[in-house]
Amino acid sequence: MRPVHELLLMLVVLTDFWVLGTGRLSSTIRAAACQGALLAMLPLALYRDASPHMLALAAGTLLVKAFWLPRLLTRAIREATDRREVEPLLGFNMSLVLGAVAVAVAFSISPGLPIPGLRSDLLVPVALSTVMIGLIVLTTRRKAVTQVVGYLVLENGIYVFGLSQAERVPFLVDVGVLLDVFAGVFVMGIVVFHMNRAFDSLDTSNFAELEE
Amino acid sequence: MILAAALLALPVVAGLGAYWLPSARVRMGLLLGTAALHLAGCLAAWRLPCGPASGDWLGLDALGLIVLTVASAVFLAVAVGSRAFLAAHAQRGERVFAGCLFGFLGAATLVAESQHLALMWIGMEATTLAMAPLVFHSRTRRSLEAVWKYLLLSSVGIGLALFGTFFLAAAQGAGRPLILGDLVLHAASLQPGLLRAAFVFLLVGYGTKMGLAPLHAWKPDTYGEAPAPVAALMAGALTSCAFLGLARVTQVMVAAHQFAFVRPPLLALGLASLVVSAGFMVWQTDLRRLFAYSSVEHMGLLAIALGIGGAGMFGAALHIVGNGLVKAAMFLAVGNVILLSKTSESGGTRGLLRRAPWTSVLLVLGLFAVTGSPPFALFVSEFAILGAAFHAGLAWLALVIVVLFTIVFVAMARVLLRVVYTAPEPGASVLAERPALVAGPALLVGAVLLLGLHVPAPLRAVLADAARALGGNAP
Amino acid sequence: MTLTAALGPLLLFAVAPAVTGLANRAKSALTGRRGAPVLQGYADLAKLWRKGVVYSRTTTVLFRIAPVAAVATAALATWLVPLDGVSACVSFAGDLVAFAGLLALGRHLLVLGALDTGSSFEGMGASREVTIAAFAEPALLLCFTLLVVATGGLRLQDMLGVPLAHAWSAASPSLVLAAAALFMLSLAENCRVPVDDPLTHLELTMIHEVMILDHSGPDLALLQYAASLKTALLGAVVVRVFAACLPLPPAVALAVLLPGLALYAAGIGIVESGVARLRMQKVPQLMAAAAAVAGFGLILLLR
Repeated sequence: MRPVHELLLMLVVLTDFWVLGTGRLSSTIRAAACQGALLAMLPLALYRDASPHMLALAAGTLLVKAFWLPRLLTRAIREATDRREVEPLLGFNMSLVLGAVAVAVAFSISPGLPIPGLRSDLLVPVALSTVMIGLIVLTTRRKAVTQVVGYLVLENGIYVFGLSQAERVPFLVDVGVLLDVFAGVFVMGIVVFHMNRAFDSLDTSNFAELEE
Repeated sequence: MILAAALLALPVVAGLGAYWLPSARVRMGLLLGTAALHLAGCLAAWRLPCGPASGDWLGLDALGLIVLTVASAVFLAVAVGSRAFLAAHAQRGERVFAGCLFGFLGAATLVAESQHLALMWIGMEATTLAMAPLVFHSRTRRSLEAVWKYLLLSSVGIGLALFGTFFLAAAQGAGRPLILGDLVLHAASLQPGLLRAAFVFLLVGYGTKMGLAPLHAWKPDTYGEAPAPVAALMAGALTSCAFLGLARVTQVMVAAHQFAFVRPPLLALGLASLVVSAGFMVWQTDLRRLFAYSSVEHMGLLAIALGIGGAGMFGAALHIVGNGLVKAAMFLAVGNVILLSKTSESGGTRGLLRRAPWTSVLLVLGLFAVTGSPPFALFVSEFAILGAAFHAGLAWLALVIVVLFTIVFVAMARVLLRVVYTAPEPGASVLAERPALVAGPALLVGAVLLLGLHVPAPLRAVLADAARALGGNAP
Repeated sequence: MTLTAALGPLLLFAVAPAVTGLANRAKSALTGRRGAPVLQGYADLAKLWRKGVVYSRTTTVLFRIAPVAAVATAALATWLVPLDGVSACVSFAGDLVAFAGLLALGRHLLVLGALDTGSSFEGMGASREVTIAAFAEPALLLCFTLLVVATGGLRLQDMLGVPLAHAWSAASPSLVLAAAALFMLSLAENCRVPVDDPLTHLELTMIHEVMILDHSGPDLALLQYAASLKTALLGAVVVRVFAACLPLPPAVALAVLLPGLALYAAGIGIVESGVARLRMQKVPQLMAAAAAVAGFGLILLLR
């Protein structure tokens, strides 16, 4: 059978599709949390020697991406009245199709990126497709929380790619990713909270006051 | 090295101290003191040798020194301006305001001093986040919208820059990972395909932070809604730091003989920024948004300068100084206008010359400085860049730039002169122009004027150093 | 043709109502009820078979053809599938298209029969059925394409037979994805939750049930049998994809089919007890998700 990390990477792509295909905000957040949990297992599956560095990375990822941030976002939408993505700029079917195209593109270009010292040849295409799907979610959804989740997915893709370099550029890279996600989403979560208060809604199409 | 570390530690320690201080007055005093000390340290760094030793993570090379000094000078002016701003707004949220300012100074110092590209990226991320609460300071719906756009676009940009940094690490064949000196030294061993991918992501990432069109959407909104000192800090220091990121990448690409690959995207993004900003400035009536587009324009010019190479690199280094100083001065001056008439809409203010003479003079001088008229420093730098364009066989580009500059000048003059030279409405209030309100921008504009008249020898040497690091030369 | 190949379809014909019964039983158990006995389906069929038939005066021969056609197409499709893991009774290059085509033909005639009644309820059901089919069929063919690429054979006998067993060692992730997508599709094809609820009797939400509303007696028995046969058939395909990971002798493979189908029925029960029926507009989304999963498997395979 295949090694565990390949399975994990495939599941990461499936959670990408989950984020793309779902309209309920709570379900989107749950998908992001699942992806975070998968990513936490990934360094342990990739680097079997279980150095303290990798253990710390896995623990940090689990804590931040699988528990903390989803909880923060859940709290941010708790007071929201409207918990669905009403009219995304691109329909769910189309974004699923676009996501599949993105995955195909990622898999077709990644052989052209010969990255040295790769533990798995799925790492790069999965990273690229996750980044692209994150961008799709970010640009086609209207709800602030969904956009934050899109950003989270984007960062998760970068994290997967960063794992390929985790041995060559230790510590700094993983600290960077965790810091980025943590601080970025934390600040965004606060803004979402204020948004809820100010507009009684999380819909960014309310943002039309600042036009040229 | 010790000086570099001290400069980095200063704002961090002072910021931590300031957060626990009970009194707002003392805290603002500490802010001013720290800013002054930081600038003094920066100027000392021009005298002392503090270039990075091989393999150091921190150190000040020519480019870093230039950006750090600009950021520090702008910060001092902004610190003075912030005090007046907070006093006018009943000191609301002053603790967070001061804390974020300290945080920004520390982060900007880290960006300028980093010789490790991942460390620089962390600094860049920190500058982004430190700015967010400052932008949201007024807590209105409009500022909420502005901070959302700013956070979302900048975060995505910074994320893509991290992606690019990873690509750069993957491309590296020899040397310590992501150390700038080693990247340049072993540039021949960089894997070209991955290097190009890295450049694309870093260009988009740091380009978003610079506000290059079409990634500039956050800029007018953010500058238009942020408190004036914050906008000054963003336009003067934040964009300079982002430019440094792009310049570092270009430095590596040039060392790896990839300049031919780098040039078209830089020129395209730069030109797009010029066209977009000129187009939007024609219709713009809000002073802050006007200067925001002006910032887009100058960032575009910097990207073009990097794409031209040769003496353009020297021009870019000088331009970063001139643009940073004058843009900060302009936003501080506009802050005075807002204090007077509660709006930065040009229609809301008449007869500024009678009501706030010093600010008016600053705005008019700034108009000429920003649009690159002699005898200001931006004229010298723009002249160098245009000359380099001719030299590189890009005469069409130089002509297009000149035409766009003309449009920009007319658009800006139309708005600014109407605000300054109209007759005031009867009974219009007059601004008490205390020294704290005008000293900062006046000193900055004065510096730009002096640099336009004469570039001192030490500065010229450092600028030439920076240009050489980027594969260019002094004119 | 071997003995086991011929026995396979006969076995499936025999156990089909039990598969549906088991799925309903599992759902009942998981929602805290006892539910009907597993073999209730046979009793229902026997009861209906003994009853008389009523035909509306507005209906034509199309209405009478529908039940027979539904059973006939499903039964014919069964002969194409290598249920013993080695060979099918009927096999030719491209029979995967015939398989999809037979299912589509059965559905087509069923829809015609429903439209023939002239009732607006049946018309609505028919319209929904066709809508779902339009989304399900590309996804089904995508799954089949995946299997074709994985095994290199254009016959169901190869795609679900011995070559598939070899493909498992090389392309297991894709095959798991294919099986998952097929399972999602089988829910749609068999009119189960979350696409349709076989137990509902609210006309506005039904799909399959509303189409057979006017049928009675032996006709209704045939239609219900056809539905359960289709469930068992698609279940058998899913089971075959999974079971191929262990190369087994034909007789054992045939025997494994029975517990496999039981697991499949339990899977349906689990899904039905845990998920609410989707709104009609959301159904294409499920099919798109299935297609995306199969497409991802295909990408993994072509990489």
